[in-house]
Amino acid sequence: MNIKSRTVVDNKMEKVYDLIIVGAGPAGITAAIYAARKKMDCLVLTVDVGGQTAWSGDIENYTGYQFVSGRELTAKFEEHIKKYNVKVKENEAVKELRKEGGKIFVKTEKNTYLSRSLIIASGKKSKELSVPGEKEYKNKGLTYCATCDGPLFEGKEVVVVGGGNSALDAALQLIRIAKKVYVMNISDKLAGDAVMRDKLESADNVTVINNAEVIEILGRKMVEGLRYRIGDEEKELPAGGVFVEIGLVPNSEFTRGIDKNKQGEILVNSITETNVPGIFAAGDVTDVIEKQIIIAAGEGAKAALKAFRYLLETEEDI
Amino acid sequence: MKNVKVYGTSTCAFCVKLKQFLKDNNVEFEDIDVSQNQERVREMVEKTGQMGVPVIDVEGEIIVGFDRARIMKALEL
Repeated sequence: MNIKSRTVVDNKMEKVYDLIIVGAGPAGITAAIYAARKKMDCLVLTVDVGGQTAWSGDIENYTGYQFVSGRELTAKFEEHIKKYNVKVKENEAVKELRKEGGKIFVKTEKNTYLSRSLIIASGKKSKELSVPGEKEYKNKGLTYCATCDGPLFEGKEVVVVGGGNSALDAALQLIRIAKKVYVMNISDKLAGDAVMRDKLESADNVTVINNAEVIEILGRKMVEGLRYRIGDEEKELPAGGVFVEIGLVPNSEFTRGIDKNKQGEILVNSITETNVPGIFAAGDVTDVIEKQIIIAAGEGAKAALKAFRYLLETEEDI
Repeated sequence: MKNVKVYGTSTCAFCVKLKQFLKDNNVEFEDIDVSQNQERVREMVEKTGQMGVPVIDVEGEIIVGFDRARIMKALEL
């Protein structure tokens, strides 16, 4: 597979990988395992290992695990990839990529790497409120991860901003820790799974505020509350913690030239192909209809197998 | 032997990773669980002006988050 693993670029011999995978969440790691088992010369470039799984709370729908924490499942993924000889470079975000002369150039803040094929599995990140005070109070009482930071807010009154599953998940974790949990939702009722809604409604330290839009985060050294609009009125809600759970946006800013939908998700077909031959995508960064850990893992496997076939088909051309 | 403190929670994946990393490198550290310990949260907030975990204190040098390269440098690994 790596007969043609070096090439001349600017008069220097540069290493050309068979496959580069961007991201090491369930999609990226599964792709890496499949690639390694096909003896592909593979490099994984990622900001972190685990992605959204690492900051998930309780996972009850990953087949084989009736109940596992995000942290434990991430550890399992990491343990699995360590079995194989795949280089995983952490804290290395991809900034740019381009395809030229049959090769894919992947540029990070540290280096440029070359590959014959690519899988983009960079997942999603939390959507921001984009209100004044949000950036200032990030990590000063405002957070996007209830799982990571919830325990620091013991005995406090906190607000979860959002109305979907992430917000419900965060609220359910916080009711066991905080003195009081407000759920501030922009819609007229909570969305999310009925099971979670019911659990929340039966808690005695929760107040749901519907039809409310956050307009500013308030505080002095740390967060002290927020200002919101409800109907024509503006009100203030004192709080010692603000958990922003209003959705996710794909990590696809570095994918110029690759077709995406309106939400910025990379368009893929059922065999993980994008509009660029040799570039595949898997998991939450794509327009796959459901965003679940187990689906991401499956898509990652498909992408690696497809990349393998692609390399066999194109070997003569390079 | 450097004096190392780690502020973290049991639910945070990066806290667990950091502690494992320290163990793998035979670095002794004080494992401070800030979950449900407001005193320790206050201590951490005073040192860092923020509430993100993990926080590692290497003899007064404070690093927020599992920044492997910076931490290795601070520990002279």
